[in-house]
Amino acid sequence: MLTLSEFISYFEDSALADNIRENDLLFPLIESVHVVSICLVVGSILVIDLRLLGLASLNRPVGRITNAILPLTWSAFAVAAASGLLLFISNATKYLENGYFLAKVLLICAAGLNMVVFHGISAKDLRRWENEAALPLPARLAGGLSILLWVAVVACGRWIGFTMQVH
Amino acid sequence: MIGAGLSELCNWLAATPLSQTIRAAGWIIPTLQTIHILSVAVVFSSAILVDLRIWRLLERDVPLGEITRRFLPTIWPVLFILLTTGSLLIVGEPRRSLLNSTFYFKMALLAVAIVLTVALQRSTSSSPSFWDGTRIRRIAGRFAASVSILVWCGILFAGRWIAYTQAG
Repeated sequence: MLTLSEFISYFEDSALADNIRENDLLFPLIESVHVVSICLVVGSILVIDLRLLGLASLNRPVGRITNAILPLTWSAFAVAAASGLLLFISNATKYLENGYFLAKVLLICAAGLNMVVFHGISAKDLRRWENEAALPLPARLAGGLSILLWVAVVACGRWIGFTMQVH
Repeated sequence: MIGAGLSELCNWLAATPLSQTIRAAGWIIPTLQTIHILSVAVVFSSAILVDLRIWRLLERDVPLGEITRRFLPTIWPVLFILLTTGSLLIVGEPRRSLLNSTFYFKMALLAVAIVLTVALQRSTSSSPSFWDGTRIRRIAGRFAASVSILVWCGILFAGRWIAYTQAG
């Protein structure tokens, strides 16, 4: 039986993790890619959230906006997750002991769940109301919750840097 | 000479009550940085969405002018929040940026980004399809959009790099 800590240290002891830890350029470089991609994820989702809340892009149907924006959001999310994973394995044990890191992961899962609930349940009858400026309550709730969750994700991300010295 | 003057300015700034307040409570600097990054996310994404539209990668059925009107006006008030939080961060830890060449590189890139954004906003507000007008304009538009993407990414990279190049 492989325990979680053995699993973690398998990655943490890898040559890749060692390189990210030891190389003076690699860590900030991956971090910068992480910041750029997170900014795109948060900024692009905000466009959708503000539309759902009835605060912006009101002359555009919701479906058109999500079709235009979500490919960018998902591409940026893939880059953010990959760069985040690389940063994580460089100091996995320390990250797992950090409350803000764990909170950040949970909040990202919550944001994902909020999105699944919206697209899977609340947006089932999207075609009926997507042209309105004021949307049904579940849509507005999804937009508001999404903003709160992503703000908290970014805050936790920044707090990790102040509560954990990796460099 | 300039270095000595700057160093003195940093010492003076660091001694002000505002600077001491910002440093005294542990939560103030991370909070300012969080607001700063969230504002960067808004400005950066707005610029990138317009650049991607110039490359015709999204919202092709709407004229560029409508896209710039939807996304670019937001940049200015949020830029004000960025300048405010950025200034407070400098007052709190003046040596971190003012004695750091990465910071001046970031500001130079920001100046380029602002000029590009103003040019885009002006050209499309008077004629919404300006950058689709002729072949030359399409190429020029795509060139400007590519420069804009690179410059904004440069600003974000430089922002992260300030933490790694700060003076002792």
